[in-house]
Amino acid sequence: MADVKIENYTMNFGPQHPAAHGVLRLVLEMDGEVVERADPHIGLLHRGTEKLIEYKTYTQALPYFDRLDYVAPMNQEHAFALATEKLLGIEIPKRAQYIRVLFNEIGRIGSHLLNLTTYALDVGALTPILWAFEEREKVMEFYERACGARLHANYFRVGGVHQDIPAGLLDDVGAWFDHMPALLDDIEGLLTNNRIFKQRTVDIGVITADECYAWGMTGPVLRASGVPWDLRKSQPYEVYSELDFDIPIGKNGDCYDRYLVRIEEMKQSLRLIKQCITRIPDGPVMTTDGKIAPPSRGAMKQSMEALIHHFKLYTEGYHVPAGQTYTAVEAPKGEFGVYLIADGTNKPYRCKIRAPGFAFLQAMDFLSKGHMLADAVAIIGSLDIVFGEIDR
Amino acid sequence: MASLSATARSFLLWELLAGMKLTFSYMFKKKATLNYPYEKGFISPRFRGEHVLRRYANGEERCIACKLCEAICPAQAITIESEPREDGSRRTTRYDIDMTKCIYCGLCQEACPVDAIVEGPNFEFATETREELFYNKAKLLANGDRWEVEIAANIAADAPYR
Repeated sequence: MADVKIENYTMNFGPQHPAAHGVLRLVLEMDGEVVERADPHIGLLHRGTEKLIEYKTYTQALPYFDRLDYVAPMNQEHAFALATEKLLGIEIPKRAQYIRVLFNEIGRIGSHLLNLTTYALDVGALTPILWAFEEREKVMEFYERACGARLHANYFRVGGVHQDIPAGLLDDVGAWFDHMPALLDDIEGLLTNNRIFKQRTVDIGVITADECYAWGMTGPVLRASGVPWDLRKSQPYEVYSELDFDIPIGKNGDCYDRYLVRIEEMKQSLRLIKQCITRIPDGPVMTTDGKIAPPSRGAMKQSMEALIHHFKLYTEGYHVPAGQTYTAVEAPKGEFGVYLIADGTNKPYRCKIRAPGFAFLQAMDFLSKGHMLADAVAIIGSLDIVFGEIDR
Repeated sequence: MASLSATARSFLLWELLAGMKLTFSYMFKKKATLNYPYEKGFISPRFRGEHVLRRYANGEERCIACKLCEAICPAQAITIESEPREDGSRRTTRYDIDMTKCIYCGLCQEACPVDAIVEGPNFEFATETREELFYNKAKLLANGDRWEVEIAANIAADAPYR
């Protein structure tokens, strides 16, 4: 009998597949139902953000960071604001630091709520997403009250935050805070011990700590592999060094541990939010340096000097002294870094964005090799991939 | 004993039943959904929606063609041309906003020294064609007349923070 040559079946997963979490096109080589090779194709959401930023003043560049990881926009703005502040060598007021931490942690909860429950949806649990989106709606309402937009905030500015938070917002965050643990318990009640969820996630997509180092993985994925590395602890920025919180770590580095780490991180974020609400001081929310911060509305209408500064800042912007910096923050997905080179003009010379999701996506091949097709979906969900930041 | 209990629970599908009970209990909770478009979600005075060009109480348009909004716009969505009017005052002859380019960052309303261009509370301006989203001065002024009461109230409410 003549030899029959059997070729692997190649199939496209995405870019329209709802479990691809955005515009991921995954070319899968299948041996039956087992994945032989996974080849992620990126670029469908490429907008040239890094290049665009070279042609924008520092003020104009900031809104583009909302559009990277659009699930938790303010965390991205934070990286750029911190990088620019480092180059300018300015300190921001205490109240602004607390507001930033507060909204970072609110954003982290919003991001994890979305990721965990869509992930659960991908492996067959429909209910948690309905509950989580009710809470995420409230998170976005807090965003909207502070900055005027539900997602694309443009709120953290170089030198502080744009406007002070409106009166009553902290009370409402406190009220929301009180019933969040009950919701997390409900979500856990449906998932944590559920045998279907565990069958789909335990021992699926195991990443060892060494692989995490080799592939540059950060955030919950690294911590689920048992490495207690969190930039908020290891190189604290803003007021994180004054706040009390723990870093949850996993043991096995599988999809299930990544789920558990994110659940626990939300609880730690709630602790941080509580501390922010009780400790937040009064005072200005923007640096008093009139060469960087625009004058208040009242001053601009009254004083000629303030009006000149207003015009100068909204046309030319401020000049950042030549220098370079790599500044990273612990975004919900991992280490989000901005490598900024300033050449002394009002525009960045170069802005490289280090997106945590990009490293995760590279691991898709070795993670899904040998697993079933349905497990590839669980792996994508557990890695928390958002295409805004991968394609930039 | 503990392992016996765990086995029994596993055998009786305990965690699945507990989950079902939890899901069922949500049936009796207050509904979180809104009956849009008859009910709408809360928006704050800072909400950044559709742009308007405002007028003063005497009907004079506020915009003085300083072009700060055009300069700051990151998406370069605003185009302004100006000429001195017959009475000598500086006013725009053309004020276009390409709403398909706009990223709703709010920098134009921050930059405006006379509160002329404002992103109002309207978020329901979807159109059937792309061309309808290229707003000109007449459209923006008409928007301003339509939303003036709400916008004036919003600016007053937000004044302590600006």
